[in-house]
Amino acid sequence: MIDAFIFKALIAGIIVALVAGFMGCFVVWRRMAYFGDSLAHSALLGIAMGVMLNISHNLAVMISSICFAVFLVWLQKKRVFATDTLLGILAHAALAIGVITITLLEQRIDLHGYLFGDILTVGDEQLWWLGIGGGFVIIALALNWSSLVLMTIHEDLALAESVRVPRLEILLMFLMTIVVAVSIKIVGILLIASMLVIAPAAARQLARSPEVMAICACLIGSISVVSGIYFSFEFDTPSGPTIVATLAAFFAILFPLSNFYRKN
Amino acid sequence: MTDIISASNITVTRDNKDILDNVSISVNSDDFITILGPNGAGKSMLLKCLMGFYKPEKGIINRAPNLRIGYVPQQFLSEQTLPISTKRFLTLRKKVEEEEIKKIADETNIKSLLEKPLHVLSGGERQRVLLSRSLIGNPELLVLDEPAQNLDISGQLAFYRLLERIYQSRSLSILMVSHDLHMVMATTKKVVCLFHHICCSGEPQIVTKDPEFVSLFGNDMAEMMAVYQHGHNHTHEGHTHD
Repeated sequence: MIDAFIFKALIAGIIVALVAGFMGCFVVWRRMAYFGDSLAHSALLGIAMGVMLNISHNLAVMISSICFAVFLVWLQKKRVFATDTLLGILAHAALAIGVITITLLEQRIDLHGYLFGDILTVGDEQLWWLGIGGGFVIIALALNWSSLVLMTIHEDLALAESVRVPRLEILLMFLMTIVVAVSIKIVGILLIASMLVIAPAAARQLARSPEVMAICACLIGSISVVSGIYFSFEFDTPSGPTIVATLAAFFAILFPLSNFYRKN
Repeated sequence: MTDIISASNITVTRDNKDILDNVSISVNSDDFITILGPNGAGKSMLLKCLMGFYKPEKGIINRAPNLRIGYVPQQFLSEQTLPISTKRFLTLRKKVEEEEIKKIADETNIKSLLEKPLHVLSGGERQRVLLSRSLIGNPELLVLDEPAQNLDISGQLAFYRLLERIYQSRSLSILMVSHDLHMVMATTKKVVCLFHHICCSGEPQIVTKDPEFVSLFGNDMAEMMAVYQHGHNHTHEGHTHD
């Protein structure tokens, strides 16, 4: 018999792996890794706000992430600093202010849990958030799949073939905010970007079409989550980092294949 | 001859600068027009307005109803992290029969590339693939935006020869932005010289003698063209060699 809390952890982890598998492909293809990482950093401020206003941290993080994205796009339009500089400023400012706010709050908050995830304390409410949010992300990506792939290969070509590129770019940003919001509990603020990047990067070595890459990324992510939870139990290690370490091991094993596939 | 697409007095303003200033242009069926102009002259913007993915602040764009346009963009760097075969790229978002792909692949000589991943293709091969994609659905108008920009000389020559063959074998019009006028001199029927406004337009031989052309591109370019035309006319007029 598996204990209920392990069962919930497994379900939650697998959902995160599936969502990250699909979303992560676009993160890798469109170089959004730093954007995802920054969104996650800024989420701590959202969590602090959520505690202050006494609302669900999922909702609070989504709201703060959307504000973050809007603010970023506004600054990008000014064309004064490169995007990575802006992200560096915004993300760490938000993280710093978030930590200060949480320290000043009267309530005790498990900062460690938010930074590195705490998959074993996933509750029913969190599972609902994951299921609905994650399902929405996967369906939205699947419905716009070819258009997204085409605009990733060549934006002007997509525009000329009446793909609504600006709208889809906003959609991708919005989906990222959902992914970050619902998976913080599982892998933590500092490790979300790794879920989004490592599994698709490992899958790249096996795939020759965009869809196969996404499916391989989901599989690799799911296997890593399940074995990561097992290892964390077996060796009494923190679950989030153990999952990410397992993912990294996958990548390391598959990486030598890249030389072979580059030629094919 | 009928207009299939035209712009009348369009003006595009960005950051208080007129990128296009009262520009009019029309493309007839069977036309081969090359737009020429320095960097930042508004050439790409004019194409974008004509194809309808940018709306000019002033002026009118007219397109024949249900006009089928094929678009060949500038060279692209294919992202190595996105695995996709050439064939899949060709058919992405397109409803197309196997037969048509084969026919086009023959025409553009990309048959051997169809199963290869897109990111391993050379620059010339990629341009042929982009051209092939634009031919799907039997377009009436091909719009090309500096299609051979990043190719070496022999690559450019091969690409323009292919384009010429396609122009002659299919009944379509071509509207192209290109810096390589000397390459397309023999094929293009009309040159439009653009520097925010239309400086001059007409047959290539006439345009290169236009004072506005000379002032825009300098004497060297004009003379180079003149030399080229001389050589070109030479055979037509049947001069004997010294």
